[in-house]
Amino acid sequence: MSAHTDLNTGPLEYRSHEGRMTILGFWIFLGAEVVLFSTLFATYAVLFGKTADAPVPAELFELPMVLIMTFLLLTSSFTCGIAIHHMRRGSLKGLFVWLGITLALGLGFLGFEIYEFVHYAHEGASLPSSAFWSAFFVLTGTHGLHVLLGIGWAVLILIQLRQRGLTPVTSRKVFVVGLYWHFLDVIWIFIFTSVYLIGMVV
Amino acid sequence: MVSIVLVSIAIVFVLTYFKKWGWLWREWITTVDHKKIGIMYIIAALAMLFRGGVDALLMRTQLTLPGMEFLDSQHYNEIFTTHGTIMIIFMAMPFLIGLMNYIVPLQIGARDVAFPFLNALSFWSFAFGAMIFNLSFVIGGSPDAGWTSYTPMAGAALNPGPAQNYYLIGLQVAGIGTLATGINFMVTILKMRAPGMNMMRLPIFTWSTFITSFIIVFAFPILTVALALMTIDRIFGSHFFTLTGEGMPMMWANLFWLWGHPEVYIVILPAFGIFSEVISTFARKQLFGYKAMVYSMVVIAGLSFIVWVHHFFTMGAGGGVNSFFSITTMLIAVPTGVKIFNWLGTMYKGRIRFDTPMLWSLAFIPCFVIGGVTGVMLAMAAADYQYHNTYFLVAHFHYVLIAGTVFGCFAGLTFWYPKMFGHKMNEKLGKISFWLFVIGFNVCFFPMYFLGFAGMPRRTYTIEPEWMPLNVTASIGAVLMAIGFAVFVYNIYYSFRYSKRETHGDTWDGRALEWATTTPVPFYNFATVPKVEGPEAYWILKEKGGTTYEKDKVEPIHMPSDSGIPFIMMAFMFVASFGLIWEWMWMAIPGIIGVLVCMVIRSFDYDDGFYVSVKEIKRIEEKAREGEQ
Repeated sequence: MSAHTDLNTGPLEYRSHEGRMTILGFWIFLGAEVVLFSTLFATYAVLFGKTADAPVPAELFELPMVLIMTFLLLTSSFTCGIAIHHMRRGSLKGLFVWLGITLALGLGFLGFEIYEFVHYAHEGASLPSSAFWSAFFVLTGTHGLHVLLGIGWAVLILIQLRQRGLTPVTSRKVFVVGLYWHFLDVIWIFIFTSVYLIGMVV
Repeated sequence: MVSIVLVSIAIVFVLTYFKKWGWLWREWITTVDHKKIGIMYIIAALAMLFRGGVDALLMRTQLTLPGMEFLDSQHYNEIFTTHGTIMIIFMAMPFLIGLMNYIVPLQIGARDVAFPFLNALSFWSFAFGAMIFNLSFVIGGSPDAGWTSYTPMAGAALNPGPAQNYYLIGLQVAGIGTLATGINFMVTILKMRAPGMNMMRLPIFTWSTFITSFIIVFAFPILTVALALMTIDRIFGSHFFTLTGEGMPMMWANLFWLWGHPEVYIVILPAFGIFSEVISTFARKQLFGYKAMVYSMVVIAGLSFIVWVHHFFTMGAGGGVNSFFSITTMLIAVPTGVKIFNWLGTMYKGRIRFDTPMLWSLAFIPCFVIGGVTGVMLAMAAADYQYHNTYFLVAHFHYVLIAGTVFGCFAGLTFWYPKMFGHKMNEKLGKISFWLFVIGFNVCFFPMYFLGFAGMPRRTYTIEPEWMPLNVTASIGAVLMAIGFAVFVYNIYYSFRYSKRETHGDTWDGRALEWATTTPVPFYNFATVPKVEGPEAYWILKEKGGTTYEKDKVEPIHMPSDSGIPFIMMAFMFVASFGLIWEWMWMAIPGIIGVLVCMVIRSFDYDDGFYVSVKEIKRIEEKAREGEQ
């Protein structure tokens, strides 16, 4: 039967039946992640402005830093796309270089985020400060934790690529981590607009 | 508590005495076979049904007479909390997921689920989640804020200590597994179907599983977030649901029921699927209105997400909001009615056999209609001000959940029992347990409607004298149900000892593919996968004289290897959870690291399973099919 057979053409990661199932399963998982983040966004929206005695967001949010973070993460999505492009061309070296750059950019983003959190805590806005800050730290923190996990995961796959080269299994793993990485980018766009930009004007 | 310790010691003793530890590890704990995982789910669910049932009996004892001093108020609170949580999360859902696990791959002609390793992980996350939750009664105190755990009552200020943490983290761990199950079954049903089985030829139980999986994937992340937020509130001092720091306690009710109402359909739709299968098999007719059944399930799934506010009509949302949710709630009666008429239509002019699974399905219809009609009464927001938080409500949801889900579980288990264990359950004992349970159920819960009208509030631990006669009646009904359940369990033992072994895979003259393979089912399910040529695949196959073992078409079958990682990973999760519950970071952090290490090991695991040789398949099939001809 056609659906269960392995193919000889098309992208490497789609050639085995198992690979196609894993990728579909991961798309569905991303659907669940969309619900998870939607719930966190809704919570944030409900608690917006509930700052109690803590500073209000407009006092703390700084556009330049958030712009740098956005720049780092969006660029990393672009380089991740290039990495997949190299994988499709069968170039292991290109895949290594561009995925490496992607991870470096992700680490840079995380560095800024940690700096930002520490800075806010010094200014008197931390998780227990008020309902608003609880929602802020849990929403952005969950995203940050996802980025951290994504970096760890991708590093494991890079090691496997070194050991085994490009196979249907390793290429599927790279493709899936790529999907995950783009997804984190999409979430960040929503955080950037609905948390930082709105927080700065209101 | 003493009983838990004694049972644990007894299990350890028996296993050591008969030297079964190795067997348990090799055959069950490390298995990735969907059939064994299904059976483990069902065994665990039956144990939880027992535990939740004992809770219920304790409550009924306390409420039988006014001024009873059997339980104090604190103890009573703990028992109704764990009764509700266990019955929904650790009994109903796992029971149905167990049946799905066993049956769905067989029904679609697959050799396993899409992700067998993930399936084992799901089971162990449920098992350890249940263990965490049950441990609360032994160590540190049981949660007492109701299964809905409304804030601020469940918050750290009013409810300090580890009890509520058990609830939060036990559900969280089990919930991860449920989400994985949902993803797994969606992919299984979309990608693993036998050739020729298009979506509109799927057996209806598989359809109900597919739609349920969809609800799981979109509802469970909400629960994950809600539980996490309350955990962070309690352990790390944030202010989502607190009264200080401008938190909003009401937001919990919204988040909880945004998951909680779809959850109701997660436990009812698979049961609908079971009834459809049973009724069509025992009426010996094709299911009437197959397409209408499928579409009505889709509509129910959609509506289930836009009715959650009916759980708190009286909390001051205002007329507009209440009207909206009142109407969406009542709309659910429409597709449900369609289904009821389809079941009746299936039976119309059928040659009905009254075996035990059919009896459960027949009893379901009137009982569920009573539950449904009173549900519409509750859905009228204005009228709900009168009944809310009374025994009217208690009667309503027990009528839908017991008549729907519990009858469905019993119907499904007796229906598929021969497929699972190679022998039927005893019919006579089955009928005794059926009548005891169904009569007991009505005697127990029907009076509660009137108690509700008489003003008896739910979650009260002591009653007024004027409510006594009906409460005595209800308690008698509860005892009847307990005896019915005891007979059911005894029946399992009795049938194991004395029932005639099945020689044929097709016990009930079935219609879907699960009956097309031998009993007991070989671990690879089908030696050769049949080509599906219409709805009711096996019925067509039988008419044509086809088989799932075509000797010259046998090819080596690829199967996944067993793995101990799911069990070990979830054992680390258990350690981490226990640490978090007691706020012992020195214990939680190593637990989390253990989980991560297991994930890394899995990531580097390139074990691609193994092939079963043609010779081996032929040997197994010849042996299994000896008695058939």
